[in-house]
Amino acid sequence: MQSNPSFLTTRLDKAIGWAQKYSIFQYPFVTACCGMEYMATACSHYDVDRFGAGLPRFSPRQADVLFVVGTISHKMAPVLTRIHDQMADPKWVVAFGVCTCTGGFYDNYATVMGIDTLLPVDVYIPGCPPRPEMVLDGLMKLQDKIQDHRANGRRAEPEARPEVFEV
Amino acid sequence: MSKALIQTVTDQFPDAVIASHAYRGDQTVVLQRDGLVDVASYLKQQPDLQMNLLVDVTAVDYSVFGKQPATAFFASSGVQVRPTSGIPDGDPWPGPPAEARFAVVYHFYSTVHKHRLRLVIPIEESDTELDSLTPLWSAADWLEREVWDMYGIRFRGHPNLKRILMYEEFKGHPLRKDYPVNKRQPLIGPIN
Repeated sequence: MQSNPSFLTTRLDKAIGWAQKYSIFQYPFVTACCGMEYMATACSHYDVDRFGAGLPRFSPRQADVLFVVGTISHKMAPVLTRIHDQMADPKWVVAFGVCTCTGGFYDNYATVMGIDTLLPVDVYIPGCPPRPEMVLDGLMKLQDKIQDHRANGRRAEPEARPEVFEV
Repeated sequence: MSKALIQTVTDQFPDAVIASHAYRGDQTVVLQRDGLVDVASYLKQQPDLQMNLLVDVTAVDYSVFGKQPATAFFASSGVQVRPTSGIPDGDPWPGPPAEARFAVVYHFYSTVHKHRLRLVIPIEESDTELDSLTPLWSAADWLEREVWDMYGIRFRGHPNLKRILMYEEFKGHPLRKDYPVNKRQPLIGPIN
């Protein structure tokens, strides 16, 4: 990143960021009951297509955003990281539901205690399951992040898991 | 409560049966380990029994049963759980089947005669092996693998006795009561 970007490149970055944030191709990594809420959000009552995120891609090569929806077990963890590795940059990760944020109410031999122990997470959407309004709120936060990523010319540092989730 | 099935099994295999009880209509026979295959094949093949459906195979670890007070699970809401002994019952549950640490439990159902029977096999910790029922009911295949995975009880004669739920690298058997609740065996380490 050059220190003094010219007027033209900053305008161009802003335009590209605007285009990028309204063409989110998500990879839904759905493992559990949160998937129902994800589907409710994707369908016409809540309609994620308003945010340009209406076309889920079921190939990580074609996706920009990894939606991790549902509990991740230790047995599943290598698969999840592999899917993340297969996605092309720039890529973002959304932790959908409290199980992916912290492990949720699972405290046992099988469950990963939050996917941020495996991947850099950009947006946390807690809830068991989160309401579609929360998902849309998370999606808009993600859009802001994507826009900023273009404007700053670099990807924002992955968020640390907040001590308290603000709802 | 009918005890017809208990009576049939006890009359046919007096040496194999350790105990029996009928708790609220569920008939249970506690068996010697060596009598399992004989009793099971009898249950399957006898025309008036025809237990053609193996509903479930599971196990119980009694090693801490009754040795520590039950935690007050509903303490936060103040809800009292009534002990089952307080519920009137002519034939109460007799408790763990034996001094043995484990018990393997089989649930049978006959879709022809619409009756059920439960077999309980006490298993000592020193010798956790018993005969597989996979040759009789193919449903036993995965159920016995689950019991092996979770409790570490081996089934002699099983065609493919390996872990079914946990990964191959997993050490130990997580539903044994001496497996630490907080112990994790992650396949891939944390990044942060």
